[in-house]
Amino acid sequence: MKRSIRTIIAATALAVPLTVFAQAPVKIYSIVELSGGGATAGTNFDNGLKLAFKEINAAGGILGRKVDVISVDTQSNPGIAKALTQKAVDDGAYVVMGPVFSGSIMVSMAETKKAEIPNFTGGEAAAITQQGNPYVFRTSFTQATAMPKVAKYLRDNVKAKTVAIMWVNNDFGKGGRDSMVKALEAVGLKVAADISTDPGQVDFSGAVLKAKQANADALFVYTNEEESARALRELKKQGYDKPIIGETTLTGQKVIELAGDAANGAIAHVGLTADAPQPAIKAFDDKFQKEYKYKSDHNGMKGYSAAYVIKAITEKNKKIDSKEFAKALHGAKIAVKDYPGVLLDVAFDNNGDLDRESFLVKVVNGKQTVTDTLPPAGGK
Amino acid sequence: MGDFVQLIVSGTATGAIYALAALGFTLLWQAAGVINFAQGEFVMLPAFAMLFFIAVGSPLWIAFLLTCVIAAVVLGAGFKRLIVDPLIKHGVIPLVIATLGLSIAVKSAVRAGYSAEAHPFPSPFPSGQLSLAGINVSYADIGTLVLAGAIVIALQAFINKTVTGRAMQAVAQNTEAAKVLGIDVKRMVLYVFVINAVLAVVAALLVTPTYLAKFDMGDSIGQKAFFAAIIGGFNQTRGALLGGVLIGVLENLVGFYVSPAYKEGVALVLFLLVILFRPEGLLGKSEERKV
Repeated sequence: MKRSIRTIIAATALAVPLTVFAQAPVKIYSIVELSGGGATAGTNFDNGLKLAFKEINAAGGILGRKVDVISVDTQSNPGIAKALTQKAVDDGAYVVMGPVFSGSIMVSMAETKKAEIPNFTGGEAAAITQQGNPYVFRTSFTQATAMPKVAKYLRDNVKAKTVAIMWVNNDFGKGGRDSMVKALEAVGLKVAADISTDPGQVDFSGAVLKAKQANADALFVYTNEEESARALRELKKQGYDKPIIGETTLTGQKVIELAGDAANGAIAHVGLTADAPQPAIKAFDDKFQKEYKYKSDHNGMKGYSAAYVIKAITEKNKKIDSKEFAKALHGAKIAVKDYPGVLLDVAFDNNGDLDRESFLVKVVNGKQTVTDTLPPAGGK
Repeated sequence: MGDFVQLIVSGTATGAIYALAALGFTLLWQAAGVINFAQGEFVMLPAFAMLFFIAVGSPLWIAFLLTCVIAAVVLGAGFKRLIVDPLIKHGVIPLVIATLGLSIAVKSAVRAGYSAEAHPFPSPFPSGQLSLAGINVSYADIGTLVLAGAIVIALQAFINKTVTGRAMQAVAQNTEAAKVLGIDVKRMVLYVFVINAVLAVVAALLVTPTYLAKFDMGDSIGQKAFFAAIIGGFNQTRGALLGGVLIGVLENLVGFYVSPAYKEGVALVLFLLVILFRPEGLLGKSEERKV
């Protein structure tokens, strides 16, 4: 009898860890733009995300469970993004990451909202978090937060009185243009030209000609990565000599690579940059370059830091529960000293918007140089 | 006025690039009865080949020349031997389907090898502008016009003034009669494929600094070149030039004076108008084919 009790105890002792290991992995869907116009943004976001979860898994996963990252390609198409999000919901995703493009998340987030699954996005369009969806969260600033900082810079540092705006006619660009026009008016600057361009536009000769005709004190460029590079190349080709300012994408790593010399002198406000002096960001930069043999842009940092937000909130909740996760993230603050992977101290509000420090950067000799660190919009 | 002239010049430069690719369409059609729907990818592949040579340390012009040689072998002779020769005897449709398949296969292969992201490509011309009487024209546009123009003039001279060129014309006009006259028809057709491949390399050199090297960059070029060839006249090399330049200039003017949103539709509208009112193309001749 004693022997059989010992056997039962031994079997139970063995079975406990076996049960833990046998738990199904936590499924995180990365629904991103791996081809089409958003390939640069989506690939970087996905790479950052995968790197973070590789580290998290190597350190024991989340609450002892391995994380399975399933990456799928939206082809930069909102319709496909929506269908893939439905698939992720059906497959039991814990959290959905992406899409990165505003136009896609605006369409796809209805599926995660219905299923009560948290959905992080790289999109910056102000409208994303203005629709009362409690399951959508940002990995970067909303345009409504970023544009006033740029407008202030144009007035105080560039000393501009008039600004020409060149923007891409999609949800991202339209939202940015609207926020920027409002922000410029608020600081007393005049919009000298309102130049719309097309997503995927190849030839920027007409747009640049219009910017030159406007003769504004500065040009604000708000287009996606590839288009930003083409715009910068054309601006250089046509000898544009006024300050060129952007927000995030304009001085992104990929834009600098694609635009070459033409990127030199461009200035932008960026939420995240791998060239920031913070130790956590430097560590990220080293790890990312070691893993992928290139320097991450802000999208890679968005994916990476969001993965650690998932870890932090899940560990705070002590359970894998999508609905509870969304609840806990509203109003949450995560510090770098507790989770270095979040890269900067970050706070989420009740709309899913985030707040943290940001940077002003200038491209010098083909490299982003941080010229200033700006405090969070909400103050410290 | 200065802006208008600038738009015309830069539109003509863009159109000249379309024309180079469109020339390939018309040459292949005339000489071999082939419509190559992978023409856009024939422009994309050399761009990546040049990037490869640049990455291993070649200057751009060496990379260009090396790519011309490789393209002549692979996209010229190889394409003819491996795809066109076995299929042409079954008619145009199987070949059209094969080239469509080839286009997809090539794009997928490049995407797998080089990723879906765009890659920078150096410009063969200096940046900056030439200002003359209030008109600013970029060196890149001037360079494109000069190079594309020189290629077209050299090609026309080769076709019209040399024995080989005249033999190629004879093959294009009447293959049977050319055979009777002792012309090596197979060789002449091979030359056309090689010329098409080299034209594609030149188009790649000129267009990629703006388009950026990307696996799907050929979609738009191939489509516009096809439209340009139809608009100008599929059986006339001069027609391809006119079609290309017309599309380039009108795209620029519409993009500037109307809206960039309508720019991409210009080629399609022109194409539809030509198909409706002058199906043989602006400079083309009505063609009767044996059944």
